[in-house]
Amino acid sequence: MDPQTVIAKRIALELQDGTLVNLGIGIPTRVANYVPAGIKVYFQSENGLIGTGAVPEEGMHHRLLTDAGGKPVTALPGACVFDSAMSFGLIRGGHLAMTVLGGLQVDQAGHLANWMIPGKMVPGMGGAMDLASGAKRVVIAMQHSAKGKSKVVKACTLPLTSVRPIDLLVTELAVIAFPGGRATLMETASGVSVQQVLDATDAELVVPDNVPEMAI
Amino acid sequence: MRTLSLPEAVALIPDGASLMIGGFMGVGTPEIIVDELVRQGKHDLTVIGNDTAMPGVGIGKLVRARLVKKAIVSHIGTNPETQAQMIAGEMEVDLVPQGTLIERIRAGGFGLGGILTATGLGTLVGEGKQKVAIAGKEYLVEPALRADFALVNAFMADYLGNLAYALTGRNFNPVIAMAADTVIVAADNVVPVGLISPDHVITPAPLVDYLIAQS
Repeated sequence: MDPQTVIAKRIALELQDGTLVNLGIGIPTRVANYVPAGIKVYFQSENGLIGTGAVPEEGMHHRLLTDAGGKPVTALPGACVFDSAMSFGLIRGGHLAMTVLGGLQVDQAGHLANWMIPGKMVPGMGGAMDLASGAKRVVIAMQHSAKGKSKVVKACTLPLTSVRPIDLLVTELAVIAFPGGRATLMETASGVSVQQVLDATDAELVVPDNVPEMAI
Repeated sequence: MRTLSLPEAVALIPDGASLMIGGFMGVGTPEIIVDELVRQGKHDLTVIGNDTAMPGVGIGKLVRARLVKKAIVSHIGTNPETQAQMIAGEMEVDLVPQGTLIERIRAGGFGLGGILTATGLGTLVGEGKQKVAIAGKEYLVEPALRADFALVNAFMADYLGNLAYALTGRNFNPVIAMAADTVIVAADNVVPVGLISPDHVITPAPLVDYLIAQS
């Protein structure tokens, strides 16, 4: 299984029946492909849609029905639309059960940096700061390392997205939570040892006696 | 509400004006108004909107024509031309978290001086800004935003100027229609009064100053 699929499948297990969830661009979008059978999740697209469906068949797209990346989507039966003020009221107002975002760095206190690399990449934060500050539960989908360097760091060196700590980090190697503000290894990926995770991680990780494998 | 031709409506906009423009990655942007702004060469504009879309799309057309002096937006990552002009110092870009941006505009249209939000606290966004604590929770003070003109794209307008939107084309449009001194609307369809039922009017007619005549 490729790293992105591992991450998306594991995060899909966090989805709760009947809840409103926002998925960011990239790996987070793929979580929608693995909704566990028997549960109904409402996916929000922050450009003003609840009930985002799959990519339309060729020739069936509508220029006014798009995802937060501006790409054509479909709307599921029961979908609804609203303006951007309502959309962010849902996000900040405690109505969004979970957001899944990508990350550039996550540190051992659970701080997230995902919106700029000074001097290199300044795309703007879009909705990321509101999502990271406002959602009830913040889950980060991120590859463990980039160019041989751990993205799970002691302290973020890139500008923070929010000072509110994230709740869960899922990489292709591990699931990490932050009880008491300390990065704690909750699960490893299939065939990955605790030592392999520690070797690939710059942050200090609390390792419980029993670390199960991801059940994907 | 008055009906004007497209060139007449855009001629109302002076160089240096501040414009709120509807749309999200160009979806729900009044493209015909943007095209006419480029044709008439309106320059030194301050543009307030969600993003600068892609090169040559939506607000990206104004960027390409180098008509934008300042952009107040949440995202420029999909438009390398905006980034290039920003880095070259040719355009000022004020990046604002999307939820803060739309709520500042909403405040501007709803008669409020600003908003309190936790978004951006402790980050670069919060640097140098006033903070207040209410019931033990800290917030950033973010001022209301208004503009000289709102350029709105509606899916339907009736002959009075009542507006309805379609799908994700709504985004910033009804909010900016509250927050500008002059509201100019490009509607995809103009329909008889009554065809948009009262329950489905999102922007009430008295908010609309000018509706661009169908050509």
